[in-house]
Amino acid sequence: MELFIQQVINGLSLGGIYALIALGYTMVYGIIELINFAHGDVYTMGSFFSIAIIGLLDASGQLHGLPLLLVLAVTLAGAMILCGIVGVLLERLAYRRLRNAPRLAPLITAIGASFILENIMQLWRGPSPIPFPSVVPNVTWHFGGVNLSSNEVLVVVMALALMAMLQIFIYNTRLGKAMRATAQDRDAAQLMGININMTIALTFFIGSALAGVGGFVSGIYYGSTWFYNGFEAGLKAFTAAVLGGIGNVAGAMLGGFVIGMVESLTAGFISDQWATVAVFLLLVLVLIFRPSGLLGEVLPDKV
Amino acid sequence: MAALLDLRQIDAFYGRIQALHGVSLRVDQGEIVALIGSNGAGKTTTLRVISGLLRPARGQVIYVGQDITRLSPDLIVGRRLIQSPEGRRIFARMTVLENLQLGAYTRTSVTEVAESLEEVFTLFPRLKERVNQKGGTLSGGEQQMLAIGRALMSKPELLLLDEPSLGLSPLLVQTIFSIIQDINKRGVTILLIEQNARQALQIAHRGYVLETGSITMEDTAANLLASEEVRAAYLGGNVKAS
Ligand SMILES: Nc1ncnc2c1ncn2[C@@H]1O[C@H](COP(=O)(O)OP(=O)(O)OP(=O)(O)O)[C@@H](O)[C@H]1O
Ligand SMILES: [Mg+2]
Repeated sequence: MELFIQQVINGLSLGGIYALIALGYTMVYGIIELINFAHGDVYTMGSFFSIAIIGLLDASGQLHGLPLLLVLAVTLAGAMILCGIVGVLLERLAYRRLRNAPRLAPLITAIGASFILENIMQLWRGPSPIPFPSVVPNVTWHFGGVNLSSNEVLVVVMALALMAMLQIFIYNTRLGKAMRATAQDRDAAQLMGININMTIALTFFIGSALAGVGGFVSGIYYGSTWFYNGFEAGLKAFTAAVLGGIGNVAGAMLGGFVIGMVESLTAGFISDQWATVAVFLLLVLVLIFRPSGLLGEVLPDKV
Repeated sequence: MAALLDLRQIDAFYGRIQALHGVSLRVDQGEIVALIGSNGAGKTTTLRVISGLLRPARGQVIYVGQDITRLSPDLIVGRRLIQSPEGRRIFARMTVLENLQLGAYTRTSVTEVAESLEEVFTLFPRLKERVNQKGGTLSGGEQQMLAIGRALMSKPELLLLDEPSLGLSPLLVQTIFSIIQDINKRGVTILLIEQNARQALQIAHRGYVLETGSITMEDTAANLLASEEVRAAYLGGNVKAS
């Protein structure tokens, strides 16, 4: 029982990170039907930018001068904005001109963009793991045999808070409505007066900024990262998006947590080696029995 | 009279296929102009060019004396040149209210938008009963009402309607046509595309006939209704519901 609760806690933290990344896959897919393979690397960049910003604060002597919360806020905001810009640049430079091309072209471009980002990061910080500065003191509480760390709480709280904000944005703001309209019918959205280039760019910005948050919290959670970190995490987050129903925002969140949970429970009760296998096995099962994903609607045919 | 909309010698292509050959047409302030033609003649393409969804290879679109040929669709909407597209194209996964709100996307005055919403509900009481229903669950006729209502939410100066009566029962077709006339009497200029050529010409002031991408006739609606060629080609036995 203790092991179970422990693995649930781990699963929630893992899941929070996957969910943050999965949102970007699902939002971009929802609006331009592109699987943005470079998205996992944007997540890694979130960790890299966080490390760089903390490094700058340290070099300028601010790291220990400023209150911790401010340091975290500055780092997080910086990572979000920089990742958002990377996402917008990807869209502008790589994907926009392929918007009406056959589907394979943007897909291959996305894989290429992924290589480019990975190589940039490798040139920047080398091929080995990079420690994430331990700015946040990690407190662990013990409840019987179960451990709960403040970092785990941080990951889950951040993930849930951002998802709630995203949900409010999408459903209750003018720009959020414009995004949903563009996702449903691009031409009709234009006929409403929606600037779809701006809306698509905004979607990339938000999705990438959320991946930036993922990179930030995962850096704190794992204590290190490396340039290739986004490959596997991205694949699992993509699986989460498909599992939840690609294009469906609530589905991505649910999918992220389900994947995190499956991975952590398998690791705890069967073995580490089976964790990834279990994740993809689940994906296969869902695709066989519920191809549109857990929350994916069976769409009224797209006009 | 100064033209509200003036198309000059428009050539438009889909890839290498030319869909419009030197199309020129004019819509004056306050008119209803009908654009008729058989399937594939290029009617929808003409509207796509006007709205900026398809860039013409040659020619100009002049609106209120200004060249809007190279403007993006959202900026054209900002000038109150509004299109209700073929096939309704309502947002199926959004509610009736959200669809209507999107129609008012470019408008800033909350009170004016609220007024327009009331007007639309007066015109289509059915929509008011269904404000929170998802667009995709409406009946075909209701969807058409929503499409027209949504276009009206933008307070159009010129309204482009692409086959508003498509797929409706004869009774509903009558209703839609009288509503179009009503909208026009409130000061909205209308360019109307219809398969239902007879009814379109009955409410229009002038009309154009488009055949395989070229304008072949242009006259008052009454003259077109009386013309032998038009009667034979567009008002014959193949015209439904008239
Ligand atoms: N996206 C497209 N790609 C290629 N060709 C197209 C495309 N859209 C339309 N066409 C072609 O352009 C021509 C004009 O089409 P358009 O849709 O303007 O006709 P229409 O007059 O509106 O017909 P209908 O009454 O059937 O709606 C047709 O031959 C059509 O096949
Ligand atoms: Mg058409």
